[in-house]
Amino acid sequence: MSDRPVTTTRPPAGGGGFGRGPFGGAGMPAEKSMNFGPSMRRLMGRLSPERPRILAVIGLAVISVVFAVVGPKILGHATDLIFSGVIGNRLPAGTTTEQAVQAARAAGDDNFAALLARMDVVPGRGIDFGALGTVLVWVLALYVAASVFSWLQGYLLNDAVQRSVFRLRADVEDKLNRLPLKFFDGQPRGELLSRVTNDIDNVSQTLQQTLSQLLTSLLTVIGVLAMMFVISPLLALIALVTIPLSMVVTAQIAKRSQKFFVAQWANTGTLNAHIEEAFTGHELVKVFGRQPEVEQVFRDRNEELFKASFGAQFVSGIIMPTMMFIGNLNYVVIAVVGGLRVATGSMSLGDVQAFIQYSRQFTQPLTQVASMANLLQSGVASAERVFELLDAEDQSPDPADPVPPTSRRGRVEFEQVSFRYDPEQPLIEDLSLVAEPGHTVAIVGPTGAGKTTLVNLIMRFYELDAGRITLDGVDITAMRRNDLRSHIGMVLQDTWLFGGTIRENIAYGNPGATEEQIQAAARATFVDRFVRTLPDGYDTVIDDEGNNVSAGEKQLLTIARAFLADPSLLILDEATSSVDTRTEVLVQHAMAALRSDRTSFVIAHRLSTIRDADLILVMDAGRIVEQGTHDELLATRGAYHRLYSAQFSGALVPGDGEVSGEEVTGVRG
Amino acid sequence: MLSRLLRTYLRPYSSTLTAVVVLQLIGTIASLYLPSLNADIIDRGVATGDTGYILSAGGWMLAVSLVQIACSIAAVYYGSRAAMGFGRDVRSAVFHRVGGFSAREVAQFGAPSLITRSTNDVQQVQMLVVMTCTMLVAAPIMGVGGIVMALRQDLGLSWLMLVCVPALLVSIGLIVSRMVPQFRAMQDRIDAVNQVLREQLTGIRVVRAFVREGEETRRFAAANDALTGTALRVGRLTALIFPVVMLILNASSVAVLWFGASRVDSGEMQVGALTAFLMYLMQILTSMMMATFISMMIPRAAVCAERIVEVLDTESSVSPPRDPVRQVHGRAELELRDVEFRYPGAAAPVLSGISFRVTAGQTTAVIGSTGAGKTTLVSLVPRLFDATSGTVSVDGVDVRDLDPQMLWTRIGLVPQKPYLFSGTVASNLRYGNPDASDEELWEALEVAQARDFVEAMPEGLEAPIAQGGTNVSGGQRQRLSIARALVSRPEIYLFDDSFSALDLATDARLRAALRPHTAQAAVVIVGQRVSTIADADQIIVLDDGVIVGMGTHDELLDSCPTYIEIVESQLTAGSAA
Repeated sequence: MSDRPVTTTRPPAGGGGFGRGPFGGAGMPAEKSMNFGPSMRRLMGRLSPERPRILAVIGLAVISVVFAVVGPKILGHATDLIFSGVIGNRLPAGTTTEQAVQAARAAGDDNFAALLARMDVVPGRGIDFGALGTVLVWVLALYVAASVFSWLQGYLLNDAVQRSVFRLRADVEDKLNRLPLKFFDGQPRGELLSRVTNDIDNVSQTLQQTLSQLLTSLLTVIGVLAMMFVISPLLALIALVTIPLSMVVTAQIAKRSQKFFVAQWANTGTLNAHIEEAFTGHELVKVFGRQPEVEQVFRDRNEELFKASFGAQFVSGIIMPTMMFIGNLNYVVIAVVGGLRVATGSMSLGDVQAFIQYSRQFTQPLTQVASMANLLQSGVASAERVFELLDAEDQSPDPADPVPPTSRRGRVEFEQVSFRYDPEQPLIEDLSLVAEPGHTVAIVGPTGAGKTTLVNLIMRFYELDAGRITLDGVDITAMRRNDLRSHIGMVLQDTWLFGGTIRENIAYGNPGATEEQIQAAARATFVDRFVRTLPDGYDTVIDDEGNNVSAGEKQLLTIARAFLADPSLLILDEATSSVDTRTEVLVQHAMAALRSDRTSFVIAHRLSTIRDADLILVMDAGRIVEQGTHDELLATRGAYHRLYSAQFSGALVPGDGEVSGEEVTGVRG
Repeated sequence: MLSRLLRTYLRPYSSTLTAVVVLQLIGTIASLYLPSLNADIIDRGVATGDTGYILSAGGWMLAVSLVQIACSIAAVYYGSRAAMGFGRDVRSAVFHRVGGFSAREVAQFGAPSLITRSTNDVQQVQMLVVMTCTMLVAAPIMGVGGIVMALRQDLGLSWLMLVCVPALLVSIGLIVSRMVPQFRAMQDRIDAVNQVLREQLTGIRVVRAFVREGEETRRFAAANDALTGTALRVGRLTALIFPVVMLILNASSVAVLWFGASRVDSGEMQVGALTAFLMYLMQILTSMMMATFISMMIPRAAVCAERIVEVLDTESSVSPPRDPVRQVHGRAELELRDVEFRYPGAAAPVLSGISFRVTAGQTTAVIGSTGAGKTTLVSLVPRLFDATSGTVSVDGVDVRDLDPQMLWTRIGLVPQKPYLFSGTVASNLRYGNPDASDEELWEALEVAQARDFVEAMPEGLEAPIAQGGTNVSGGQRQRLSIARALVSRPEIYLFDDSFSALDLATDARLRAALRPHTAQAAVVIVGQRVSTIADADQIIVLDDGVIVGMGTHDELLDSCPTYIEIVESQLTAGSAA
């Protein structure tokens, strides 16, 4: 049974993990940030290395918005020119404008007179195409410039964001290397993985989507509003009313839809969880005849999800038409009031047209800012989760004045070592032992006895609570961790290989190894044989599916990896289950090859493999309850003897530990 | 595939969808009418100074706006309804289909893939339906309507549309077509970065043990570099879209004014019409732009639809009998006669010529190396697979003729990978027998050597179990899974390598406790350890899918070389060093 600390230290009911784990409510994706303001500032702070770019972006955005905003005003001049031409055409040539105004007054058409008086009309002359052409060329130039600046701004902002996200990822990866293993034990792996992948992706997307739009939207609102006031303070005030109006309306709708969205995500979660269980446990659902119940639960949850997502979609879908309606309302009022003012001559037609264009430009960014609020919330919540990871406490630094690495003989001594994962739960108390150079020390004992913990302490994956461990007389805390670990080879129960070729995986322990060295290690550990049967040989890529390489062969690869690293101290955690018997023999031989002339710690599951050990430690509840050689321990008829008998249930244990080849036939049930 | 999926599952919503189209039509016509009214205000009101007309036209505009919002909201209502209903129905269809699958189809797709298909993939297609109902439907109406209205204002300027609309479509198309392959690359790069991180997290002990932090950081930096490079390219292209679109829109309005001016000057067109034309052109171009962006969703949704349809089109290889047998004689008995199993198209069978019988009170053990076909053999009994030839019979009846519910209540399976469902210890134990009393549960726990640790949990039987049973250790999971099979009191027990995660002492105690409990049942134990199976009444030695030895431990030690090899490997490997 696996007795890695994760299973031994967490309360069996799970969930809580370590009380002092830094992440409260781990596993629950945060929907809302807890500290929006400070986290947002910190996220923005991460952009500070890009300060020159960001300043340029702001400058460019201002210029481009100013140009884009001035455009319609000038375009309005063009409309005025056309309108004047039309009116001018209607008036008899040769008269002056004043005469025309007076003629209109005389005809009792006061409005038209006022309109005329305000216009720049030459009676009898049509549209001044020269002037119109000049205006239009100016406008076009302005628009081209606005687009170019806007593009440059987007380009630079994108660069700044991507570089910042790049640094954020690198920082997180770097942090992973500095965190103590204790930290990882307290976290569900999936949760942590989700932080370093999904949350960072979310931050990156949020920054990309919101930053540029938020900036231009805000600037546009300001710029447009300014232009509106320049053209007509009265109309501008009318338009201004739409801001609080649209804000209130959006906030009201968003508040209602938020409820549905929360329900939608909650229901999606429960439905997905149900689907996941039903599909993963598919055969059990079938064999236990639970298909009808499972379908019923699915139908209920599916219906719940339908209701919630329909509500969310509908209520949030109302925002767009409503904002459009407010925009139209604005449009109607401006058309009417503007029309009246043009008719009375207090405003030009071009200005009204420009104003209508402005009011259109005005509502759009407002809607955008409103819709972005949600996105920003979720992005900052993700950023917060990443920051929590970055803020977690590092492992203690290496000593400032480390003992330099020298060639080691591999004498290991535990001096009154105490250690516990959970401060409440004692594990290893006051343990002392000595492993002489070249000796094999086997550790046996029931699950949870602390066998794996012992080797974790030698590797200095965890810090001791009391006592010390020495390697050739040097306290391991006086060395750099990397110097210590490069002396130790480890073969673990979980055969961790990374996505790469077989050659790369073997060379993992010794990146500088030559091809000959790799193949020699492979031959010594029986890897060469099966690798040659693979079509791509050493270039076979190990992938997640791992269909091409069996569990036992993977085990052999990890042994080859340790062999190539050529350590002076070895730690072997015997993996046994689901390795077929023939490969098993090879694994045993390979491990034996690896052990020769090296100090080795072997965590044994199968007692038959450790009879030759120089020292067998029988552990129970964090203590060494017996130690000695195989023969000595059998003779004392204690815990080891009990374990040994249980292994061959009902079997006759040959008297006085007389173990020989004949034992095979002596076993029967 | 996408269209087939949509056709099939949107059919029940055809009237709802018709309502959406009609509503969008009215709404669009209403919003197209506004610039026309505005033109009237200018031409008939402003130009002539008729304030009364301005006010009444303004009233009309208001009324039209109200119609527009009413239609839009109603369209959103029906559109959301149809889209979410579609999603619900497709999810349900996929779930039901997978429920009927045999282990072969589940293995063929893989459980994670099936989960993604019934959740994320459905969501993608559903999103496309939502967007289509609320926005995409309106685009062609707006486009065609806008063109009609604009031409009504002035025919002479219509050639401008022929320039502006294609110019917009071509330039967006050019940018987007460059982005699509980058998007795909981007996804691959994100996966690559995530894979490195995943490996670092899962292999953190190995990384540190081999002092490879530096190398891992370099590996990560390379993946991060590649991702950032692609993200930069995608971002730069994205940054191009908005300025280009704005430029085309703005240049179009300049062109309208310039070319319109001469038509106004010659009296062929009125000023108000010019303003209206301008508005229409903007509306047409905006709707084209929206349509293009939404269309970008289609390729992705199409891939998802394909994956969904693939599941829906797969027939289960195990179908329930048409005329099921519901009466059997009461004695527990399992018999395999000349059974062969091969995967479709596979050259070699996984199992062939398998015949043996297990009767009540007997234990049969199956041993053999990985890949020998042990798990497949066990799976044939509850019809997770069907034998390709030969027969598997339970209580004298071919399993293919038995009523499935009846078959399953007769079988207690403890799978190789013990899986627990989320809930409590009790809810898991009662999985096969909802009526079991607490005493029965404790009894089963006792036999499965799980009583101690369940008692140690503060909530006891009500202790929560996380999905998959990840909050208990592998050995505890295995023992709970054994207890679960015991609670349902089956006639036939199938233990598929169910003791592998137990230490030897626990394994021995468990098997001893099991014996009286299963005295009336037929028991099949698949094992790796000789000690686990040595006391079985009959041991079957499998090698490469065929039986190479059958008999008791002693008989096999005398006669079966493969068995001897297995036994020796487990007893002497240590001393071979």
